[in-house]
Amino acid sequence: MKPLLLRGGRVIDPSRDLDETADLLIQDGQVAAVGRGLALPDGGEAVDATGLVVAPGLVDVHAHLREPGQEDRETIASGAAAAAAGGFTAVCAMPNTDPPIDNQSAVGFVVKQGAAAAGARVYPIGAVSLGQKGEQLAEFGELVGAGAVAVSDDGRPVASGHLMRTALEYALTFGIPVADHCEEPSLAAGGVMHEGLVATRLGLKGIPAAAEEIMVARDILLAGHTGGHVHLCHMSTRGSVELIRRAKDRHLPVTAEACPHHFALTHEACEGYNTNAKMNPPLREREDVEAIRAGLKDGTIDAIATDHAPHHYDAKEREFDDAPFGIVGLETALGLGLTVLVEGGVLTLPQLIARMSTVPARTFRLAGGSLAPGRPADVLVFDPRVTWTVDPRRFRSKSRNTPFAGWELKGRVVRTIVGGRTVYREDG
Amino acid sequence: MSAPLGKDLVGLEHLSADQIRLILDTAEPFKEVSERAIKKVPTLRGKTIVNLFFESSTRTRISFEFAEKRLSADTVNIGATGSSVQKGETLVDTARNLEAMRIDMVVMRHPSSGAARFLAERIASNVINAGDGTHEHPTQGLLDLLTIRDAKGTIAGTRVCICGDILHSRVARSNIWGLLKLGAEVAVCGPQSLLPRAIDELGVTVFRRIEEAIQWADVLNVLRLQLERMNAGFIPSLREYYRVFGVTVERLERAPRELLILHPGPMNRGVEIDSQVADGSHSVILQQVTNGVAVRMAVLYLLAGGRPELAEAAKGGGVE
Amino acid sequence: MSAAERSSLLDAPTIARALERMAREIVELAGGTDRLILIGIQRRGVELADRIGALIRRSRGADVPRGALDITLYRDDLNEIGPRPVIGETRLPRDLDGKFVIIVDDVLFTGRTVRAALDQMADFGRPARIALAVLIDRGGRELPVQADIVGQRVPARPGDRVDVLLQEVDGRDAVELVRSGAP
Repeated sequence: MKPLLLRGGRVIDPSRDLDETADLLIQDGQVAAVGRGLALPDGGEAVDATGLVVAPGLVDVHAHLREPGQEDRETIASGAAAAAAGGFTAVCAMPNTDPPIDNQSAVGFVVKQGAAAAGARVYPIGAVSLGQKGEQLAEFGELVGAGAVAVSDDGRPVASGHLMRTALEYALTFGIPVADHCEEPSLAAGGVMHEGLVATRLGLKGIPAAAEEIMVARDILLAGHTGGHVHLCHMSTRGSVELIRRAKDRHLPVTAEACPHHFALTHEACEGYNTNAKMNPPLREREDVEAIRAGLKDGTIDAIATDHAPHHYDAKEREFDDAPFGIVGLETALGLGLTVLVEGGVLTLPQLIARMSTVPARTFRLAGGSLAPGRPADVLVFDPRVTWTVDPRRFRSKSRNTPFAGWELKGRVVRTIVGGRTVYREDG
Repeated sequence: MSAPLGKDLVGLEHLSADQIRLILDTAEPFKEVSERAIKKVPTLRGKTIVNLFFESSTRTRISFEFAEKRLSADTVNIGATGSSVQKGETLVDTARNLEAMRIDMVVMRHPSSGAARFLAERIASNVINAGDGTHEHPTQGLLDLLTIRDAKGTIAGTRVCICGDILHSRVARSNIWGLLKLGAEVAVCGPQSLLPRAIDELGVTVFRRIEEAIQWADVLNVLRLQLERMNAGFIPSLREYYRVFGVTVERLERAPRELLILHPGPMNRGVEIDSQVADGSHSVILQQVTNGVAVRMAVLYLLAGGRPELAEAAKGGGVE
Repeated sequence: MSAAERSSLLDAPTIARALERMAREIVELAGGTDRLILIGIQRRGVELADRIGALIRRSRGADVPRGALDITLYRDDLNEIGPRPVIGETRLPRDLDGKFVIIVDDVLFTGRTVRAALDQMADFGRPARIALAVLIDRGGRELPVQADIVGQRVPARPGDRVDVLLQEVDGRDAVELVRSGAP
């Protein structure tokens, strides 16, 4: 691999509080140096990064890559490519595949496919329970040994308080987080969107905010009781943010993520029965969106994750009740963060990078999120000045289910580098 | 004037007051047609209308069939059972097949909210919503409006309370839209567990007790309470519902004025309403049924005809 | 588009005289008032039928039964023109069989309105005879239809409009020709 010198970009490294115009030298797959006027080694390639931002590659702790079993919507390869195109150098793959990732062979399969994909790094998340049935713990030791970085039954909640408690305690042995999809099943059952005025007008069954908040409260209490690390997936309500804020005030082992659609859209996006606005947890009210943004600002919400959920066109092309939940997100996350949060004055650019890279990496104890010399060269180069229009037909993902088609977003990925190797380059 | 309602009738929420009044005014002469010895006019002769009912419904389907036949249209009934729908054909494919057979109009009842709009956006034929999930049942709303107008002379300023399971009722929603647009004062009454979230934000008063509703209203539209609601735990029992919320003779005797009683049918006698009330002098339930055919004839008439390119333009954003 | 040109064809007194003559001819045609029924086509045909009925009552002392027909639902041009939203009242005397029906309309032009009226009448009963009385015949027939009694013949070109205005509807009596502006 040739040495690569990125010259004159705005280097933002939240892991070291760095934000300055500098050069970044990549050698032997690592960050070799960051500074002014770095010399280009023999045989190296120099790239002019003037006007561009050079940051640690984005890390997504929540994505659904659909392989094994649902390869018509996405594969690990297409997902890793989509991630790279979105500026991610690492993506964590949720285990609700078919069959689910609840044993070491399955984990090994994901690792192997991820390596072969040669896109963003793919880290498997193993299941909490066998078959994700919520009954019996999976063998965390084996999962971690084969490469899993966390456990989750995402897609579903861990409904049983006893199982969640045991999972948190057992996970302590391996130092991994238990990531929970917070949804109280009996309150949410049959619901297809947020329970509120829009659902009433559309005649659709709603999922009340309380369905999420009840489980958030439960998980916080169990984390406090056991000392185990709970990571709360895709937070969506102001009540949840408030509960997490108080938990952090008491220094409980609780971390949380929020998705771009929950800081960019409200339940009004469901008007006209738009199935591309159907996801779980659902889009909520204006006050909830404001609370998520405030939570990202003050650190109550640690990370921005995508919950990338590919679905085939046919699946979404049906009545709202019957359409599956979820939207893709890897290729729009950075643009939405820049346009809604940075341009919107909620976060500074370094704060956004922190929430999308440094902090998620730290939360899941992954390498990445840092440009310190000696670290693996997982680097994102993007142009913060360019405005582009979201066109799902140009996605690297196999699926197109997004509510952001036609949106004008600020900020476009120019180059994504994983371990010193360029895995994505913007076409002319 | 072509396509005064646009291409489809999906609901009352997005119709203007003028459009609603147009339908009610147009229904009047159609009432006369149903009084003739020969109950037929040739207006829609040669038009093909499919009644696509994914939920079984005798009354609404028959009412539509009479309306279609009295306009001399050719009708075809497709029920959910025994058709390819049951074999798992998607709504999209069903729509395309109908369009390929050059159907002029589709009257559809479907268990999913939004299904009528879904179909309307995908086929060129006129689509009439005969009830989609818990969203709207526009022709029922219209015939209720017509019945109230016939009895009271006007809708504006009339106090109408809709009683029962509002949460699961498409009839309630259509009624709310139509009544508000024509200037009525609207209220709902029922146990909180059967009232939708934020219903008051639609401009509707909420009564928790039927006695309060009866004190306030000029008109009661009593909805049918379904057994499934009890089984799903929204209310403890039908017996308790009757005791607490039933529209009974005793309760009506304490009403400060003569209340008009409507019910979309079929009635659960002794659950939401007493037989004597349903059959009594203030009940206009049978007029509702008569008006139903006239209103449906008016809707079919107003949607039919006009140049196809105008139908396309109307699909984009309504008329003028 | 150049402005239309409006000119007067008949004034109020001329209309009155025409209606008197028509009333006499109608009674003569029907051989008396015994079986006579006057049915006006909405809109202004109804008012004309009422006036003719009043004239007959004055001259013969007989109250001739009256009816009204709205032919909107029997039109043959629904596909081109689309639905006409305002439909007037249709009311006919109960017993038409064996009667002598005079259909009254303001202007006879293509004949399609009359065809629709005949279709509609067929759904109500079977008169012994149906005849047509019009205030104005402007020619331009598209169907083999003729008026038995005519107030006035007016030659008009295809693009022209012949407007009959009546006191009861329009506030004054007049028949006017509207020529579409042509160089």
